[in-house]
Amino acid sequence: MNEHAPAVKPHHTVNYMSESQASESARPSETMAIEPEHHKRARTLIDIEHVDFFYGKSHALHDINLKIKEKLVTAFIGPSGCGKSTLLRCLNRMNDLIDGTRVANGAIKIHGVDIYDPAVDVIELRKRVGMVFQKSNPFPKSIYENIVYGLRLQGINNKSRLDEVVERSLRGAALWEEVRDRLHDSALGLSGGQQQRLCIARAIAVEPEIILMDEPCSALDPIATAKVEELIHELKKDYTIVIVTHNMQQAGRCSDMTAFFYLGKLIEFDATEKIFTNPSQKQTEDYITGRFG
Amino acid sequence: MHAPNNPFRKQVTANLRIEAGINWLLRLSAYAIVVAASIIFLTIFWKGSKALVQPTFPFINIGFLTESPETLHVLEKAGSPTISMGDRALREYEKDHDVSGYHKTSYVYAAGGIFPNIVGTVLLVIGSMTIALVLGIFSAVYLSEYSRQGPFIHMVRLAILNLAGVPSIVFGLFGFGMFVLAFNWGVSLLAGWFTLAFMVLPVIITASEESLRAVPRGFREGSLALGATQWQTIRQNVLPYALPGILTSSILGIARVAGETAPIMFTAAFVMRDEMPWQVKHFTDFFFQGVMALPYHIYVVSSKIPQNEYTEKVQYGTAFVFLVVVIGIALASVMARIKMRNRYKW
Repeated sequence: MNEHAPAVKPHHTVNYMSESQASESARPSETMAIEPEHHKRARTLIDIEHVDFFYGKSHALHDINLKIKEKLVTAFIGPSGCGKSTLLRCLNRMNDLIDGTRVANGAIKIHGVDIYDPAVDVIELRKRVGMVFQKSNPFPKSIYENIVYGLRLQGINNKSRLDEVVERSLRGAALWEEVRDRLHDSALGLSGGQQQRLCIARAIAVEPEIILMDEPCSALDPIATAKVEELIHELKKDYTIVIVTHNMQQAGRCSDMTAFFYLGKLIEFDATEKIFTNPSQKQTEDYITGRFG
Repeated sequence: MHAPNNPFRKQVTANLRIEAGINWLLRLSAYAIVVAASIIFLTIFWKGSKALVQPTFPFINIGFLTESPETLHVLEKAGSPTISMGDRALREYEKDHDVSGYHKTSYVYAAGGIFPNIVGTVLLVIGSMTIALVLGIFSAVYLSEYSRQGPFIHMVRLAILNLAGVPSIVFGLFGFGMFVLAFNWGVSLLAGWFTLAFMVLPVIITASEESLRAVPRGFREGSLALGATQWQTIRQNVLPYALPGILTSSILGIARVAGETAPIMFTAAFVMRDEMPWQVKHFTDFFFQGVMALPYHIYVVSSKIPQNEYTEKVQYGTAFVFLVVVIGIALASVMARIKMRNRYKW
């Protein structure tokens, strides 16, 4: 183990650590019982192994090890600047856009394939790993054109196919009833919450496997937030969702697994119930009880 | 009742006097600009309109706008009214009048019109702005969207900054050496286009980069996250929103391209040319012909012929028409911008 390893090892080590670490970890896994049965059965989809990440010279992520399960909602929580958004943006290589960033060590594997391998096509990766941003960013086009944007990029222009996708995506994002009569109006005429759901619809229109959400509700009022959370519940039937949130209640309400980050380190990763009722780390407990952060 | 003592009562203090003084100093500086602009514009409009506006129908001197420059002849004889007319008119006149006793003074370019100059300037502006916009927008897209910070990009930016500071006559000489002589294009539209384009390039690049930066980052990220390539993102989700801004700032460039004399003096402008630009044998000749241009004409008529009541009309008239043409071109791009703004709003 190197010096960047999490200070103390979380409980269900078997689930989230690589073999070598697991063998070193002598901790018993009696607490795993608290984890709901289906969590254990779920397959690992994203495998983050020993990842170190740098913005220029600043070391933003320290030896992150995390296994994200298929068709579960995984929440990243932690105070500002703890690296949770950075890690999220590594998962679809959005950080590539920022000069001087690099994954220095380790690997992020999706379906066992290292996505930072030079042979990986970033475009294909991003089609499979959709993203919803903190600030809703509908394009200044019609609602319809927003949804079909990703399809048109792929050269799909068949009208009936597009119509079908628009309806399916909008229904999927629980927005269809609200906008069905004004599909060709500007997306900017929608309310903040509707815009965010439109962005979700736009993301699912290209049928990704994974949806990354970077604080999707931080700019929304409580009612719009509730709708998005409800939507997340619906979406997890079909998608693997990773959500970054500042709002611990939100993480508690809508996630199955929660990872707590602090100062670029993964402090604890466990079933959400466990994290919120009986965290094994003092720092986690302090954070969720509001003693800092 | 006794009025309460007012704690906010005004007192004349040193600070208050300085405040008033500064206020006036700033105010007068602003007014000075208005005064200077008014004097320049009103003089040109007043004196220039004499060449262009006439008291009889159709009230506008069409000939000034549609004819080529001609030599003005002034015939004077004691006891008879002074005759002043253009070259062609005088030849007609001589057929049935005896002008032998008159004292003849001639002023080149002081009669006729400035049609070829207008055409030449419009051609120069369109060509050079097209080249400058294409080159400028492309390099701005590269600089702001693709390039990563490094010594090379630093050098490119330094080059742009330096290019902005180069005097226009140096651009003229560069164009002469490069396009006219080395490329053997001769004094031609093409040489003028490129010379002018390089001159306004810094303005266009800087303006384009600023407009590109003004497009929210969310548009780019949103598009890339859906699996768009960088070019698809720029083409569909960045450039359309940046274009209105780019055009607005290019208006400044248009005025500069249209108005500069030095860069075209050696590269594209003729003092006098009988054929119009479209009178060429083969269409490729179009690019390799020199043209007459308004700013150069202003330079010629103001420095190469005497200034008096006979030449004044063409001198101020040319400046006047030039201003109108520039305003016209600028208005057109303002309109294009408004149209685009309405299409792409966010």
